Amino acid sequence: MNVRALMAQRYVGLTVIAAIVVFLPFFFPSAYYYRVAALVLIFALAATGLNLLMGFAGQVSLGHAGFLGIGAYSVAIGATYFAAPPLLCILAGAALSGLVAFGVGRPILRLKGHYLAVATLGFGVLVTIVLTNEAAWTGGPDGMAVPRLVLFARPVRGADAWYWIAAASFLIGATVAQNLSDSPTGRALKAIQDSEVASSMLGIDVSRQKLAAFVISAVFVSVAGSYLSLFNGHITPDISGFFRSIELVTMVVLGGMGSIVGPFVGAAVVVVLPQTLTVLHEYEDMVLGLILMGLMIFLRQGIVPSLAATLAGRRT
Amino acid sequence: MAEFLQFFFSGLTVGSVYALVALGFTLIYNASDVINFAQGEFVMLGGMLTVFLAQAGIPLPIAAFVAVAITTAVGFALYRFAVEPARDATAVSLIMITIGASIFLRGLAQVIFDKRFHSLPPLFGPEPLHIGGAAILPQSLVVLGGATTVVMLLWLFIDRTLLGKAVIATAVNRLAALLVGIDTRRIVGLSFAVSAAIGAIAGVLVTPITLTSYDVGTLLALKGFAAAMLGGIGSAVGAVVGGLVLGMLEAFSAGYVSSKYKDAVAFIVLLAALLAMPRGLFGRGKVERV
Amino acid sequence: MTILEAAHLSIAFGGVRALDDVSLVVDASVVFSIIGPNGAGKTTLFNVISGLYAPLHGRVRLAGEDVTGFAPHRLARRGLSRTFQNLQIFFRMTALENVMVGRHRHESTDILSDLLHLPVVHRQNRGTREAARDALARVGLSEAANRQAGTLPYGALKRLEIARALASEPKVLLLDEPAAGCNLVETQDLDGVIRSIVKDGVTVMLVEHDMRLVMNISDRIHVLANGRTLVEGTVAEVRSNAAVVEAYLGVHGTNEAACAVG
Repeated sequence: MNVRALMAQRYVGLTVIAAIVVFLPFFFPSAYYYRVAALVLIFALAATGLNLLMGFAGQVSLGHAGFLGIGAYSVAIGATYFAAPPLLCILAGAALSGLVAFGVGRPILRLKGHYLAVATLGFGVLVTIVLTNEAAWTGGPDGMAVPRLVLFARPVRGADAWYWIAAASFLIGATVAQNLSDSPTGRALKAIQDSEVASSMLGIDVSRQKLAAFVISAVFVSVAGSYLSLFNGHITPDISGFFRSIELVTMVVLGGMGSIVGPFVGAAVVVVLPQTLTVLHEYEDMVLGLILMGLMIFLRQGIVPSLAATLAGRRT
Repeated sequence: MAEFLQFFFSGLTVGSVYALVALGFTLIYNASDVINFAQGEFVMLGGMLTVFLAQAGIPLPIAAFVAVAITTAVGFALYRFAVEPARDATAVSLIMITIGASIFLRGLAQVIFDKRFHSLPPLFGPEPLHIGGAAILPQSLVVLGGATTVVMLLWLFIDRTLLGKAVIATAVNRLAALLVGIDTRRIVGLSFAVSAAIGAIAGVLVTPITLTSYDVGTLLALKGFAAAMLGGIGSAVGAVVGGLVLGMLEAFSAGYVSSKYKDAVAFIVLLAALLAMPRGLFGRGKVERV
Repeated sequence: MTILEAAHLSIAFGGVRALDDVSLVVDASVVFSIIGPNGAGKTTLFNVISGLYAPLHGRVRLAGEDVTGFAPHRLARRGLSRTFQNLQIFFRMTALENVMVGRHRHESTDILSDLLHLPVVHRQNRGTREAARDALARVGLSEAANRQAGTLPYGALKRLEIARALASEPKVLLLDEPAAGCNLVETQDLDGVIRSIVKDGVTVMLVEHDMRLVMNISDRIHVLANGRTLVEGTVAEVRSNAAVVEAYLGVHGTNEAACAVG
């Protein structure tokens, strides 16, 4: 069976990742590796969500980290001030993000191209400003502590436990994204990206579909944000900042927009790279900047599609 | 009344910086349809380079001049090595490239300089002037004067020189300009260089008031862009007016409403401008053909 | 039976009247062609009928219902479909996927089922794929099904757009210059495809410059010039009309001019 047919099989990519995820821990010499891997998987979940918006529907968002913040602080505030169980907070955060995305998305998605990009950027920064200023609730610029997750009456403490939680969540999220891809909604989103005019002439309600993609992606990112705050035990407002948003976008573009496996690869690179370059910690920003520039100049397709194309012997 | 004047002048001052940043955006956007997020870094570099060159013993005026020159070169390099190779990319890809460049420059500044705040001595001394009960820094007037001079020089250049006309031609219709023999690549490169210079000058002038550090660029770029959108992206007059208006809005809302949310003003303005009047105050729209 | 009706349509861009009091009545299962010199407003008329523009004045009725100002997707759901002069193909999808999108209005699942990929979605996908393959076969593109649309030649892309529009099972199909850039053989194939579409009961409205095709296939021709209706009638009536000849060639009617039009 040739490579292309193999890759076209719907769940192959996911199965490969699932296999990697299950067997990788055997190579982990210490808890530190579990930590990094858990972070990769949490961000992979977020990137998968953003991919639905950018890769499928073709709408750019430079402010999606705002939803990371909403998800994260929902857990922090809910658990601290309302003694609400973290799981409930995660759901509440997701619902809130969905609502905000619905309200903000309606007007914003009428914009196109760089206007949309900047509007989403403005949204993300506004969320950060609110989180920074409402210190009474959020602890201000220094952030606030987040109580540990409690599952089945036991506190979840170890990085290894989080690894499996993050892995399961990511795989579920990726499966959902894959399902969406091979469905009328998924096809509609991809069509919208290539031609809004033709899509509407085929009965697709373009604004409604774009909004749906925006809301769903917000929910994914929000859950990832909630995980981050529970995982770290602490959260600061720059989780929703401009740089985080750019990191998310870099993950999506790096991995390859529209591919299901791409977000995982992108998240892996963006999260692991600074860890390997701990010596060059000061140069983190420079490296991120260079990666982003290099990507957009030379490898706009991203890693996974380019690799796939090379393997299939096809030029893109 | 004194309070009002105080806010008025501080709004005018910071508005002048936004105006210059917005002007830089507009210049580049007109010549190449690129929204240059590194615009804020030019301001940062102008200030930081001057500080460090002066610290190294170079007399202040020369340090400022060299700083502007270096930043100008950086602006051109940005075009030559990051934007030009990707000239047929989508608008969004190009924004991402400039965002990448701004992050890179920020990181570079972090490494070459340091992460602290720095200042420069004001041109006419630190003693505030008292006008109508308000305490106004002489440096504010320097900033205003400098900004006005820059705008006028730019206007003279565009209106009175052949090269200036070539810039307009490129802005209006790049293909036509090419066909008439204008080297559009050089023009775009020039616009990046000039924008960088403008930004650097703004940085040098305003550092005595607002201080500078390696990360002032990002917020400035965002606010400058908000100002450009407000004025109508593509309109130089709009950029200047937008900048001043934004500065005023910020100062007055900080003074009369809440100083915590001062920074939010720019973004609210930005979103409002994008959603309610995408053409801004002075911009012209484009028509799309199906 | 009247399937589509346009009454006193007018629209202006800037100061230019692109359409000025244009009215037409289209019967079901015919080929209704719109011709006219460049800039006459033919594509603008299509854009108004298909909901891309709202007219300044006038009304559009589809199967008796007033659909003036309806957004394109609402018209599409009522059985109106079209192809585009400047190919609006989904270049990144395969030919088959392009046509599958054409089935969208017949797909009944909601977003939640799509996300969960319930069995109903799976079954529906199979049905959609089948219908898409059929549509591709009708325009002779079966072998290109799994090729990325961006790699297909121009003539194939034109046919792909028709297949995609057909997949939506329209009542009225607007074809915007389907023969543009096609050679003689391709145009003859197109002729056959259009005839078979009409035989299935679809009404075809055609904007075309290829006069041979227009004259061969049309049941009625509506001539536009400068945004206004010049004349409407059967092939014979239009062909011999002096005003039409003049509009196209700008000279007083001569024998050679009449031959050029016919």
